[in-house]
Amino acid sequence: MLTKRIVACLDVRDGVVVKGVRFKNHTVMGDIIELAQRYRDEGVDELVFYDITASIEGRVVDRAWVKRVAKVLDVPFCVAGGIRTMEDAKIVLNEEADKVSINSPALERPEFITELAQVFGVQSVVVGVDSRKEDDRWVVYQYTGDETKTVKTTHDLLVWLRMVQNMGAGEVVLNCMANDGVRQGYDIEQLAAARKILNIPLIASGGAGEREHFLNVFHEAHVDGALAASVFHTGHLHIGALKNYLRDNGLHVRI
Amino acid sequence: MITIVESGGANISSILFALERIGVNAEWTADPDKIAKSARVMLPGVGAARDAMEQMRAKELDQCVKSLTCPVFGICLGVQMLFQHSEEGNADMLGIIPAKVRRFDPEEEKTIPHMGWNNVAFADPQHPLLSEMRAEEYFYFVHSYFAPVGDYTLGACTYFSNDFSAIVAQDNFMGCQFHPERSGPAGSRILENFSKL
Repeated sequence: MLTKRIVACLDVRDGVVVKGVRFKNHTVMGDIIELAQRYRDEGVDELVFYDITASIEGRVVDRAWVKRVAKVLDVPFCVAGGIRTMEDAKIVLNEEADKVSINSPALERPEFITELAQVFGVQSVVVGVDSRKEDDRWVVYQYTGDETKTVKTTHDLLVWLRMVQNMGAGEVVLNCMANDGVRQGYDIEQLAAARKILNIPLIASGGAGEREHFLNVFHEAHVDGALAASVFHTGHLHIGALKNYLRDNGLHVRI
Repeated sequence: MITIVESGGANISSILFALERIGVNAEWTADPDKIAKSARVMLPGVGAARDAMEQMRAKELDQCVKSLTCPVFGICLGVQMLFQHSEEGNADMLGIIPAKVRRFDPEEEKTIPHMGWNNVAFADPQHPLLSEMRAEEYFYFVHSYFAPVGDYTLGACTYFSNDFSAIVAQDNFMGCQFHPERSGPAGSRILENFSKL
């Protein structure tokens, strides 16, 4: 049977890996290739490289590092950030990335999801979604890579997720913004609600701080994968040790 | 040295990178004469079965591959090509292994394609292709069609109610359904084992 996936996310800005708290105050965490190889050696199942500035500034992800990553990495990886056209996606996938992830461009033009899926196959198309609770519903946000440009959309999260799925997305990464970077655990309620309406794989993002948080999100929200960044970058959690812990607690993971 | 069959549209550079990582020399060509003289041949493949087979026939690579006596290794769609027929586009394949490739049966909560890391149980751990592998390993899969389990199955995998061949070996023809270039140390190991056959 398919294993539960541990996904490490490397936020890339100007060719280095960075991480901020609640999307702000980005600090440099290290070299892309160095961190990618470290996580591969620890046993990560998948890597996401996200150019956090690209979507806003209207530029394409730096292709040179995508190829460098493809050469050294022997686990699947996804590239996100600034992929707004078929040509952008084609370049990244031709450089041997396994998937592309789109977020703001999907909100601007949802048909883009369908166009990508038809040409590259659903397995290559990931849609990233940022949302937070307001009053008694979850609202989708756009342009979250830059706090000065982040805007609240009119999309209700669950309505938007249904649309994303219907348009042909192969997978969803749901980033619960209120939890991001604060290490108090994943937003189980929000992720469980998303899981209920999706038939495609769902990856939890935002809030990982301790190994128990991973166990909880798999057990209680039934997600297919859990994504984290700073908790791995700082060395607070070792991916191999985390996966041993999950296996010892009854989850099916790749060791 | 491994010769990679350039049948068109395949993920050749990712295979080349993977071989480079383990220090194995490789060249790629669509020339049947060159392929016929090779010591080891790899047959990669992505995309749809019918298109891939049409390209093979157009380049006269189908007869060339069938008549090879050296070790041959198909990857992903490349291993499906070794079979008789595929449901995908109702395509006739190379017909080396006497079985038919089918689409995964739809089931509740089952997403198609089958994508992710899955465990593979080995039928014959003594086979040189599985040298230095653990009793069971995980590999990375992305596919919607599968080859059934048979005498030729060296590694079997299960996705909901469908049991299928993850690794096959029949005489000098071998291959895997998963992506060895994206399957971590176990994937590198199978490529390395093939390079030593």
